Amino acid sequence: MDLEMNLNAPHSMGTTIIGVTYNGGVVLGADSRTSTGMYVANRASDKITQLTDNVYVCRSGSAADSQIVSDYVRYFLHQHTIQLGQSATSKVAANLIRLLSYNNKNMLETGLIVGGWDKYEGGKIYAIPLGGTLIEQPFAIGGSGSSYLYGFFDQAWKEGMTKDEAEQLVVKAVSLAIARDGASGGVVRTVIINSEGVTRNFYPGDKLQLWHEELEPQNSLLDLLNSSNSEPMNI
Amino acid sequence: MNFTASKQPENCLLGPESDSQRTLYPYVTGTSVVALKYKDGILMAADMGGSYGSTLRYKSVERMKPIGKHSLLGASGEISDFQEILKYLDELILYDNMWDDGNSLGPKEVHNYLTRVMYNRRNKFNPLWNSLVLGGVKKGEKYLGTVSMIGVNFEDNHVATGFGNHLARPILRQEWHENLSFEDGVKLLEKCMRVLLYRDRSAINKLQIAKITEEGMTISPPYSLKTYWEFSAFENPTQGAVGSW
Repeated sequence: MDLEMNLNAPHSMGTTIIGVTYNGGVVLGADSRTSTGMYVANRASDKITQLTDNVYVCRSGSAADSQIVSDYVRYFLHQHTIQLGQSATSKVAANLIRLLSYNNKNMLETGLIVGGWDKYEGGKIYAIPLGGTLIEQPFAIGGSGSSYLYGFFDQAWKEGMTKDEAEQLVVKAVSLAIARDGASGGVVRTVIINSEGVTRNFYPGDKLQLWHEELEPQNSLLDLLNSSNSEPMNI
Repeated sequence: MNFTASKQPENCLLGPESDSQRTLYPYVTGTSVVALKYKDGILMAADMGGSYGSTLRYKSVERMKPIGKHSLLGASGEISDFQEILKYLDELILYDNMWDDGNSLGPKEVHNYLTRVMYNRRNKFNPLWNSLVLGGVKKGEKYLGTVSMIGVNFEDNHVATGFGNHLARPILRQEWHENLSFEDGVKLLEKCMRVLLYRDRSAINKLQIAKITEEGMTISPPYSLKTYWEFSAFENPTQGAVGSW
């Protein structure tokens, strides 16, 4: 067993990121774990980053690469908004991300999901995986944890959900991915974007539903032993 | 766990990837495109899959697009490079239209342009990782050609990319003939696509067939093919040899 944790390994976001459209806007979701090799460098990161008032991006892959790409795009969008005289659309944001991802494909290692609301097209989700392909979808999943969610979404996704249904789906999905992906963990963050604005939500790890073989967290064994239906300690 | 596939082995002599000015490997890929000439023009078929390694990740990717008034482009390989090619062609067609001289680029010209782009990128060791099929009709003349990522290009009565070369073209060599009707052409393409569905791991059962004639281009809505599994030999294949496959 390798006991030397490689603390100088590039900060990578083994991650779970999700973007979902509903009838009125989009819901973005992500876990909060950033790892350096086997060490969790940040257990409460915020992977859902603002690009404009109405467009956000979920970041996965290399933390550095995803941060620099979103910083550049935020900068470009700011200028674009000034020139345009009104809010940028989610399509423009997604295409700017695509340009950087595609033209630097040899150097970057980041998969992004752009989600936003604008008055022309309503809520939209765009996935930009490795390589710089741009693909508009009703929902998108990404990051290492997404491997465990393809089957889940095939079964659970439906068109025309309400805001609450969409958010519940996202929280459930991130939580399921965290349960199985070692590179995902921590809290579930969601961002809801619609015509009314932006809402950020926070679901701490201990408040999520328990899955298979997970147990109710306790303060101590002593509480278990002292409770009325205690199990005697077995030899 | 790292979800990327780009780690080099320790004993590698390739040097840091970030130094590279070339596309090293594809990420999101499309599989075969099959096309044939028929009585009124060209028929082309492609499924709607975008694979990410062995994962069938995207299932609604349109891999065939109209180019100008007279051409239809189908692509397999890296989808981001296909999207870039569409941008190049958009610009080409725009400049052509700006002449406003009544002339428009035909399929032969577009094919030639693509060939030059693909070959010159190959010479710089920075290929667009695609195999392209370009078909169209102009002034009654049907044209069907193909270009690969290394610049190999040719025209024929029927062409295919990837697995289609191995599985579809033999069928087409036997059954294609001059002046196929639309119905026969579609049935022939579907025969090819069904074989690809059985035998190509990256194929998905959701495809489109596009048609281009003198009148213009139409593309079918996405649909699925029926498959047949009820051969008696399939039901209990290991009965006579337990443990075999």
